[in-house]
Amino acid sequence: MGRSKTSLPSSLMSPNTNPMTRIDTCFEQLKNKNRAGFIPFIMAGDPDYETSLELLKKLPEAGADIIELGVCFTDPMADGQTIQQAGLRALDAGQTLAKTLQMVRAFREGDQDTPIILMGYYNPVYSFGVEKFLNDAKGAGVDGLIIVDLPPEEDEELCLPARQAGLDFIRLATPTTDAARLPLVIKNTSGFVYYVSVAGVTGGNTGATPSVQEAVSRIKTASGLPVAVGFGVKTPEKARETAKSADAVVVGSALIEELAKALDNNPENRDNVTKPVIDKARLLAEAVHSAR
Amino acid sequence: MSEQNLNSYRTGPDTEGRFGIFGGRFVAETLMPLILDLEKEYKSASGDPAFRQEMDYYLKHYVGRPSPLYFAERLTEFVRTKAAIGWGAKIYLKRDELNHTGAHKINNCVGQILLARRMGKTRIIAETGAGQHGVATATVCARFGLPCIVYMGETDVQRQKPNVFRMKLLGAEVIPVSSGTGTLKDAMNDALRDWVTNVADTFYIIGTAAGPHPYPELVRDFQSVIGIEAKAQMHEAEGRLPDVIMACIGGGSNAIGLFHPFLDDKDVEIIGVEAAGHGIDSDKHAASLSAGRPGVLHGNRTYLLQDEDGQIEDAHSISAGLDYPGIGPEHAWLHEAGRVRYVSATDDEALAAFQVCCAQEGIIPALEPAHALARALDKAAEMRNDQILLLNMCGRGDKDIFTVADALGSNI
Repeated sequence: MGRSKTSLPSSLMSPNTNPMTRIDTCFEQLKNKNRAGFIPFIMAGDPDYETSLELLKKLPEAGADIIELGVCFTDPMADGQTIQQAGLRALDAGQTLAKTLQMVRAFREGDQDTPIILMGYYNPVYSFGVEKFLNDAKGAGVDGLIIVDLPPEEDEELCLPARQAGLDFIRLATPTTDAARLPLVIKNTSGFVYYVSVAGVTGGNTGATPSVQEAVSRIKTASGLPVAVGFGVKTPEKARETAKSADAVVVGSALIEELAKALDNNPENRDNVTKPVIDKARLLAEAVHSAR
Repeated sequence: MSEQNLNSYRTGPDTEGRFGIFGGRFVAETLMPLILDLEKEYKSASGDPAFRQEMDYYLKHYVGRPSPLYFAERLTEFVRTKAAIGWGAKIYLKRDELNHTGAHKINNCVGQILLARRMGKTRIIAETGAGQHGVATATVCARFGLPCIVYMGETDVQRQKPNVFRMKLLGAEVIPVSSGTGTLKDAMNDALRDWVTNVADTFYIIGTAAGPHPYPELVRDFQSVIGIEAKAQMHEAEGRLPDVIMACIGGGSNAIGLFHPFLDDKDVEIIGVEAAGHGIDSDKHAASLSAGRPGVLHGNRTYLLQDEDGQIEDAHSISAGLDYPGIGPEHAWLHEAGRVRYVSATDDEALAAFQVCCAQEGIIPALEPAHALARALDKAAEMRNDQILLLNMCGRGDKDIFTVADALGSNI
């Protein structure tokens, strides 16, 4: 097919020629304070648009340094039960990619600083149209993308166009990413690298601390980028431990479990579902921020 | 397709695993090293005469290949009595339903389990829809003494009970999948989740010519034994190539297995038959080429049934084996290239053809090839009586008798 594995123009590769992004600023501030960042994940539209937007707006005050906003998909192959269910609830409530972008726009009206990263799978984006999506996402105030099923082998699909459009493309590195493969994985990555601490789906068990520490330092050295650690960080204790070596800690399933529990306990009244999620986020944020 | 020979339809995929824009490697990073390893191992195995020899041994003595090429005289007469004088092609069946385990699926399973052994993998996982691929995988696992875990949608577990029991008898663990719609696509999601979690020791035997590269290529190659044999057998029987070849398509492994060796024989018309369920215009069908559009699912870009937002829609077919909202990427490419024509048959048409086949030939077909037969009976009637139509009878229908009884309102 003659598709060459191109790199970005050198202007985009050099951090000095670009203005500081919200993500860069965030990590610089964290570094100055010598603390790790807290990155909560919630599913956009779960359990419905309004509740989800309310959650999103409350997260920065609860201690979120960056927010990962899930884009629902019918077939989330890398997610465990908790996030699968969250996606299905969002879909049942009529969530679409367009509504998720609208949610980011609404969030930006009151918050210009907290970086927002969309996390999901490629098909909804591909279906939306890559160019239109990048344009709309940038316009809405999205800062970065994590697209689980786009490895570096498929960089021309979205990663390179996203970088050209001024959006960070955050790559996942995993325990199966060995030294030989790591350079390819981080080559076109920007913003930060997301280290998946365990081979498995979201919400599983985390990796052993020593091997996570080793991986974080290896990836930091190789990429020169901050490294966030996620998949399976469920408790404040685990979050604190992870925050000792990671630049940021991602927590998703543990927050969504709170939401699911609140829905189960009180299916008719959605007014009270945000409180337990925000309370849990606050606990986790405190643990992460006070780890060092 | 600059790197592929434009004079041939048989040179794909390219080094990126693409057939035109279709195919590719859309998987999570955790799986990338695994599929790169598999690609490397497959390349080395394909060039290794000892591997070929081992394959041939098991295909002959364990599977029972070559499967016969059979002149379906009564089906041919059945068509001719309804067609105009001088019309009605000779119908041949490639009888892959006579394979050990009752379908073409075993051809691929033998190949993949030999690869798994070569790679030192000790645990096998698979997804299954109708249960034929699950049974075939459980069979080779028993034969080679490897543990086998089969993911199967809850809906399919209900409608394919005999196959569930077969798998259990063969020592496999069948895990019912309740996520999503509880059918083949969800079983595939859960198998991928298992694989991502058990990367060190596990080999994923994918049953259809889809998934991330190199699966579409290697499944096609393992299934191509169907077309290679059929070509030689047709020369022996008729001294020439058939005019039309036909097969049913869910993911499309039996079809690509029959079609691939014929792709460059430009006088051979090639027709794939998708499942139209209650009708292409209804929302209950599985015809991804006829009614879907390109998207990305399960590691490859291909035609998918999806809504405006890129959410995958439920497929429907009376045949569990065709009940998949996607199709192998090579079929998507052959569709756009115009080399293969893709048509469809409804549940009712398949049921009618199923009964014709039973009554005329004493062959109980699986509901999957009954779809192809439905269109083949029409097609043959439009062909002259000196022409030849070859149909892949890719599976037998013992597994379907309960479904058919139910559909026909019989109590058994």
